[in-house]
Amino acid sequence: MKSFLRILGGVIVVILIAIALIIWVPAQRTSAKALDLPTSDITAARGAYVARAANCEDCHTGPGRKAYSGGLTVASPFGTIYSTNITPDKQYGIGDYSLDDFRAALYDGVRKSGTRLYPAMPYENYRLLSEADVESLYRYYMDEVKPVHDQPPQTHLAFPFNQRLGVRVWDWLALKNPRFKPPTDNPQINRGAYLVQALGHCAACHSPRNWLMASNGIRDEDAKYLTGGKVDGRAVPPLRGKDSVTTRWSQTQIAQYLATGRNAYTGAAGDMTSVVGNSLQHLSYDDIMAMSAYLKYLDAGTTEATAHSNDVPTKTQAMLTAANPSTPLGARLYLDNCDGCHFANGLGAPGVFPTLDGNPTVTAASATSLIETILYGAAMPSTQLRPERFRMPGFAWRLDDHDVATLATFLRQGWNNHASAVTAGQVAALRHKEAKPPLKSDERNAGRADQARAGR
Amino acid sequence: MARKAPKKDAVIVGLGWTGSILGMELASAGLDVLALERGEDRETVPNFQYPNEMDELKYAVRYELMQKPANSTLTIRRTLDEVALPYRKLGSFLPGIGVGGAGVHWNGRTWRPQPEELRLHSYVTEKFGQKTIPDGMFLQDYPVTYAELEPYFDRFERMAAISGKAGNINGKIIDGGDPFEGPRSRDYAMPPLPSTYDASLFAKAAKAMGCHPFPQPASIASQSYVNEYGMQLGPCSFCGFCERYGCYNYSKGSPQTCILDALKRKPNFAYKVKVEVLRVDLAADKKTATGVTYFDHTTGEEVFQPADIVLLCAFQLHNVHLMLLSGIGKPYDPATGEGVTGRSYAYQTEGGLTMFMPDQTFNPFVGTGATDVVITDYTTNRIDLGREGFIGGSSISAGTTNGQPIHSLPLPSDTPTWGKGWKKAIKQWYGHSMSIGSQGSCMAYRDCYLDLDPTYKDHFGRPLMRMTFNWQDNDLRMTQFMRKKIEAIAASMKPAVMQSSFKDKGAMYDVRPYQTTHTVGGAIMGADPKSSALNRYLQSHDVHNVFVMGAGAFPQNIQFNPTGLLGGLAYWSAHAIRTDYLRNPRDLS
Repeated sequence: MKSFLRILGGVIVVILIAIALIIWVPAQRTSAKALDLPTSDITAARGAYVARAANCEDCHTGPGRKAYSGGLTVASPFGTIYSTNITPDKQYGIGDYSLDDFRAALYDGVRKSGTRLYPAMPYENYRLLSEADVESLYRYYMDEVKPVHDQPPQTHLAFPFNQRLGVRVWDWLALKNPRFKPPTDNPQINRGAYLVQALGHCAACHSPRNWLMASNGIRDEDAKYLTGGKVDGRAVPPLRGKDSVTTRWSQTQIAQYLATGRNAYTGAAGDMTSVVGNSLQHLSYDDIMAMSAYLKYLDAGTTEATAHSNDVPTKTQAMLTAANPSTPLGARLYLDNCDGCHFANGLGAPGVFPTLDGNPTVTAASATSLIETILYGAAMPSTQLRPERFRMPGFAWRLDDHDVATLATFLRQGWNNHASAVTAGQVAALRHKEAKPPLKSDERNAGRADQARAGR
Repeated sequence: MARKAPKKDAVIVGLGWTGSILGMELASAGLDVLALERGEDRETVPNFQYPNEMDELKYAVRYELMQKPANSTLTIRRTLDEVALPYRKLGSFLPGIGVGGAGVHWNGRTWRPQPEELRLHSYVTEKFGQKTIPDGMFLQDYPVTYAELEPYFDRFERMAAISGKAGNINGKIIDGGDPFEGPRSRDYAMPPLPSTYDASLFAKAAKAMGCHPFPQPASIASQSYVNEYGMQLGPCSFCGFCERYGCYNYSKGSPQTCILDALKRKPNFAYKVKVEVLRVDLAADKKTATGVTYFDHTTGEEVFQPADIVLLCAFQLHNVHLMLLSGIGKPYDPATGEGVTGRSYAYQTEGGLTMFMPDQTFNPFVGTGATDVVITDYTTNRIDLGREGFIGGSSISAGTTNGQPIHSLPLPSDTPTWGKGWKKAIKQWYGHSMSIGSQGSCMAYRDCYLDLDPTYKDHFGRPLMRMTFNWQDNDLRMTQFMRKKIEAIAASMKPAVMQSSFKDKGAMYDVRPYQTTHTVGGAIMGADPKSSALNRYLQSHDVHNVFVMGAGAFPQNIQFNPTGLLGGLAYWSAHAIRTDYLRNPRDLS
């Protein structure tokens, strides 16, 4: 009994010391790395490009708000997080941040005040940024971005997630070494790796998350790196491994997707609409080619699937063209709603109408994205090289839950697809109570067009 | 007093095909451009989205995409001694409204005129003599040649995504294309659309009679396509909803599918919708325009928009109306033959024949606006005009455009229009009839013109425009010639019933039925400022910073759909503005 009390006392002391450490040990900040470029190259213009590649604006600009002034809602498993104002406003933004403060936010998730950022900010990935990029980015925010003297809505999570000290423990457990390591001797592939791992922070969505909800894999050597993730309950396709599109697409097709939001097989949808629209389309040709070279390099050794051919009609195609009155409901729904664009062979049209046969959104283990696309449509981003904002209309108003489930099952099991069936219950759970426009990014694009329209 | 808006380099009136082309060309040249559109904004999704767009009652019968006569119309009379009355119900022509204009609801049929049509006066007088030209006809050469326009036709066709088969590449006749067309520098960007069954039957019959059938060139993608602006179209699904509809399938060429998303990216281009231009404002000396005044239907205010260049890109009739209201060019007076604005209004002369064939089964629900097979064996450059006694010609075609139940169910003329007999006939004939149509030229005449109406005014107190137009013997003789040719082909196909509809001598213009809709002239281009409103660059002879696009520039109408010609002219004019006018603004002629 005595010894038990002693042990208990010891445990309590350890816990108290741990809490004391968590509270009072000053935040550790990763020190500056050696500058990898001449100081003369550190310019705001370079920083503007870095900001594009890191897609800061996309998260740090809420609907109807000025660029970088925050206020975008980020759904997390713990509640809604609002992005912050990162304009150089002294009161509401980062106007009084030193370069070291700025770096600490990017690398360590620590504000100037020492408060922890929520890891909705991908500092796990930004830890790999080069010093030149950090300093250029700092110059850009301080010299070029206009201060916005306006406070976005503040994040208020429920207990215990409102205890930002908890984030500290998370940081201790989750954060990895802050150095980018070039994976090869090939400068192009290394540049691509840097863009994918650090600036593009692709792993934030395309890697799974571990028990801590930390990114499970931010570098090549991590086993689960880019093997597919989940955001808001939607499956994010893998970019690595035998089921990934990157094994099936050529380097050119990957590059076309990144630069234009579309290629011979599919179009950007969901969050990729804004990633391409606000970030990737602005990257240089060399950087896009580097990213696609790196993604192909990651999959070296996996076999490239043979391209589908129009010459071999599938059973599905035969059923769709038979004009038989006893055709099952799923196929009839396809004919009445989808066939005009995606055609009986399920191949759509290159660059315009996505292929459904073998499309990872169609065949993902989670059918959420597919169901939502049927219900609420999808939109490709307008890009410099391919400016057309192709949109698929939503069918929520026209198809009931049973219809959508039957159609989704037909798509998931038609042609060469072999994915699980969808139930009406799954559809019902995803149906919004009120009609909702399809995509946040799309609203924002539309907002910009309206501004352009209004004339100056 | 109108509010004054910040000045623009160029202001565009109307955001349809030509407004979008000029917007793109001038914004690309670095100009600060503002387009003013009086209708609503429109995008494929949601405005033309599947399946909502396939609503025949809404779009084809109630004309959702067209101007409402209650808001905007003109008065019409046939002869100088009639009293013109307002066009209160759309029929004969269908002016579009809204972003994309008539480029949204067209069929996509895209042609070049024959080289001879652009120098018709010279061609007729050289070949058949001055005496061939009847009294009262204003026959004129276009002040630009086919060879000069060729690169601009080509540019328009590449931009607007034409599927087709060339018949003449650099003078070499290509089997399967139009052998009587002018020489092209290259083939179309995409292979032709497949033909419907009725079209293939017509092709066979026409070929057997020595004619040269070929597929209709169509601004409808037959495969995935990317144009010079990076804009894309997807392959057509033959849904049968082209004319009077926007395309749900991103397949039909339109400002939306070919230009606008690219144009909207330009920071120096902006557009406003629901703003209606009331007039072009001129400087005191009337030699230049200072801008335009518009009414903003959203805010209810009148705004003066200053600009260095004014581009009239509205529907042909509205361009002429604005010119008449603004004092651009002397109004034409038929009594004296003097004046230019409103002169030489022309239309088209069409005819048709329907065959009822109980043994044949057509699928009328499969089609596009341009799946026809065409023959040009009876066009202007093929006919001995001296012997036949008329000037002009027709393209002749057959093909299924749609099987829509309200307005596309051809029935024998003795069928009751309702009740049991009508139902029985529908059942008997649906899918068992086909038609052959002729689309013919229409010349310009002394007594066919546009001016301001002395009586009727619009919401803004402006006089309505008055159209004076009637069929003339020359064109009626031409269409009767076509009747014989078409009936011969049709008879060889041995239909059970055959009914023709061709205007005959003495026919008076009737605005109620649909008849090609291709209304032209009134602001014609010409070398002589005494007989034309515009010079060869579509620039006003009198007010040099006003350019007027569209079919209003045609001195007389061609035997084809007008969009290819007006699209080529728009690029031709844009090129002159970019390379010459901007450097040194002046009368370019």
